[in-house]
Amino acid sequence: MEALASLVIQQAEDPKAVAAATGAGFAYGLAAIGPGIGIGYVVGKAIEAMARQPEAAGMVRTTMFLGIAFTEALALIGFVVFILLGL
Amino acid sequence: MLGLDFPPINEVIRWRDLFTSFNKIAIIACLAALIGIAIFLLASRKDPMKAPTGVRNLAETGVEFIEDQIVMQTMGREGLGWTPFLLTLFIFIYLCNLPGIIPILQMPATARMALPLFLAVIVWLIYNAVGFRHNGAKYLTGMVWPHNVPVGMRPLVGLIEFMSNILLRPFSLAVRLFANMLAGHMLLVTFALLSDAMFRAETKELLLKPMGVLPFFMLLFLTVFEVLVGFLQAYIFTILTAVYIGLARHPEH
Repeated sequence: MEALASLVIQQAEDPKAVAAATGAGFAYGLAAIGPGIGIGYVVGKAIEAMARQPEAAGMVRTTMFLGIAFTEALALIGFVVFILLGL
Repeated sequence: MLGLDFPPINEVIRWRDLFTSFNKIAIIACLAALIGIAIFLLASRKDPMKAPTGVRNLAETGVEFIEDQIVMQTMGREGLGWTPFLLTLFIFIYLCNLPGIIPILQMPATARMALPLFLAVIVWLIYNAVGFRHNGAKYLTGMVWPHNVPVGMRPLVGLIEFMSNILLRPFSLAVRLFANMLAGHMLLVTFALLSDAMFRAETKELLLKPMGVLPFFMLLFLTVFEVLVGFLQAYIFTILTAVYIGLARHPEH
């Protein structure tokens, strides 16, 4: 914990590091909005489909995971930017 | 080295070498490969005529899962020949993800870019090779100049298809696995550090120390969540590989 505290104090004096940390926070926060809404849509529609046609549940689940995987990639790129900027 | 103590903060991202260019991540990856090989070698020794028991049960469940849930759902009957490759991929990624929640190890091997990127490059080589083998040069021309699209739209759609096939697919495949595992690892580290700091805080506030239970419960919940994420990411990586191979065989779909 001391290591973390000393790192924080050391970085707080450097304006560039402060800007990078702020930017990293915003980058991840903004990158999470779109995929959050998108995954909500995907899963919601998949549940609707499964409730209407339970016999198609297996196929719907596979397609749902594919959709989630594609949507989620955007948020994860935001997370990578967060790591690159923040550390 | 062992996950019993918190490493210095920089080592969460960069691990020290144990000896030249070989660190804990590499050991975990090697162990994952060896355990996967051992399970299936042991399972293959048993008599296939008897009802499966023990390790053979596990192996058969794995094979059946890949066949029913991944190959049949994406490529259909003609893709069954890809089961061994997809099974290897799935078992290896899953066994690499799992150490993230095993005490003492506490480090998923896929939370470093090297492993996901290498796997994604293998997948990229394979699905492009399959495309060229099944469709010849039409694989490339059909990609840049698609015939079932109106003529005016062809350059645009072709450009998008080409970028997505050649650049974005391997990149997103690697980044998805890597970032998911790293994010889970960082969450666990954060809540472990938080509850540790609150339990040991030197303060006169009476409530602060007992409040350390809250991040600890969050840590337990996240550990269970990571079990799910480790499995799901291995599944998604494998199913996307199957989808890409299936698309390379029949690009018109």
